[in-house]
Amino acid sequence: MWIEAYTHYQTNAQSKKEVIRMKSIDRGEVQQYLDQFLNQDLYYHLETSNGSYASLESEQQMSVCAFIRNGRIRYSRGTIAGAGPYRVGLKLEEGWVYAEGLTDYEMTEKGQLLLGGYDHEGRIGIALELSRHPFSV
Amino acid sequence: MAKEKEVMSVYKKILAIYPHPDDESFGKAGALALHAKEGAEITLVCATSGQMGRRMGKPFFANRETLWKIREQELKDACNVIGIKDLRLWRMLDKTLQFEDPEELADRVETVLNEVKPELVYSYYPNYAVHPDHDALAEAVILAISRFPKEERPVVYASAFSKNCEKIIGTPDHVMDVSEVLDVKLDALRAHRSQSEFIIKKLEQSLAAETEKQDVLLEPYRKERYWTIKV
Repeated sequence: MWIEAYTHYQTNAQSKKEVIRMKSIDRGEVQQYLDQFLNQDLYYHLETSNGSYASLESEQQMSVCAFIRNGRIRYSRGTIAGAGPYRVGLKLEEGWVYAEGLTDYEMTEKGQLLLGGYDHEGRIGIALELSRHPFSV
Repeated sequence: MAKEKEVMSVYKKILAIYPHPDDESFGKAGALALHAKEGAEITLVCATSGQMGRRMGKPFFANRETLWKIREQELKDACNVIGIKDLRLWRMLDKTLQFEDPEELADRVETVLNEVKPELVYSYYPNYAVHPDHDALAEAVILAISRFPKEERPVVYASAFSKNCEKIIGTPDHVMDVSEVLDVKLDALRAHRSQSEFIIKKLEQSLAAETEKQDVLLEPYRKERYWTIKV
């Protein structure tokens, strides 16, 4: 998959029009994908970060970051909410997973649902990803 | 500068060891390019693939799952620009070096030191390099070097940039003027497009708009600062 992305990236390196596979969230489509993963054993990636240099850039800030790579999850209800940026909540047997600030998504050929929240600088501030198979480490 | 160049030309085998693709270019590509120009053999170890980087390009063209491959390719391009012929990718996970067994990390560095036998090592300055991966790998480098007999230990040129670090570790003893390879350095930065475009675009726009300010705008790129650590 990355090869395709990279080819686009190279091909378009000089052009202003970028080809990216992530696209702005369509709430209905993402809801359908979330439903496809209902009641199954899945791997998930969840992260949020304001950057390792946040505290260096401003004394008022502290660097915060959390990620879970290849956690296991099974949810009985998965919902996308909001009007953009979006929120996703996954209801587990004994708890919840929550992500806020999601702007873009992609369903990869490997069947990974990637949800990301990008700011105006192109930086990712949050990501929630689901897959039946482990993500690369 | 002439004196600095004389000093630099002494070193023929160099190991640069950093945790992320682009660490070798931001603030350091000039020195490495000068070494390459002087005919030194440079090995670069990049311990992670920068998988967890936050910048995805501006406008973004990567996502969390594609970023590592894009960054590895950017690193290969930057190495070609600088003149680094031996690139070693460890592909450990970004942000996790600090949680590995420090002795095991040092073992890995020691293996490379034995293979490359560098006279000079470029690394970060432990505790003063802001990112936990920078500090963790730099500590492993110092630990690995300290295992060698004193007369076999390479010199370490370390980078530090934490707030107020000069109050504690003093001013850098090597402030290199890399003007003669400034173009190479900027091209190395350009190669790391996903991480650098936001800076480079701004710089290029400023250079075009304010030609009279060229010296001021490029000044930060002409100077590189290193602290010698004698292990």
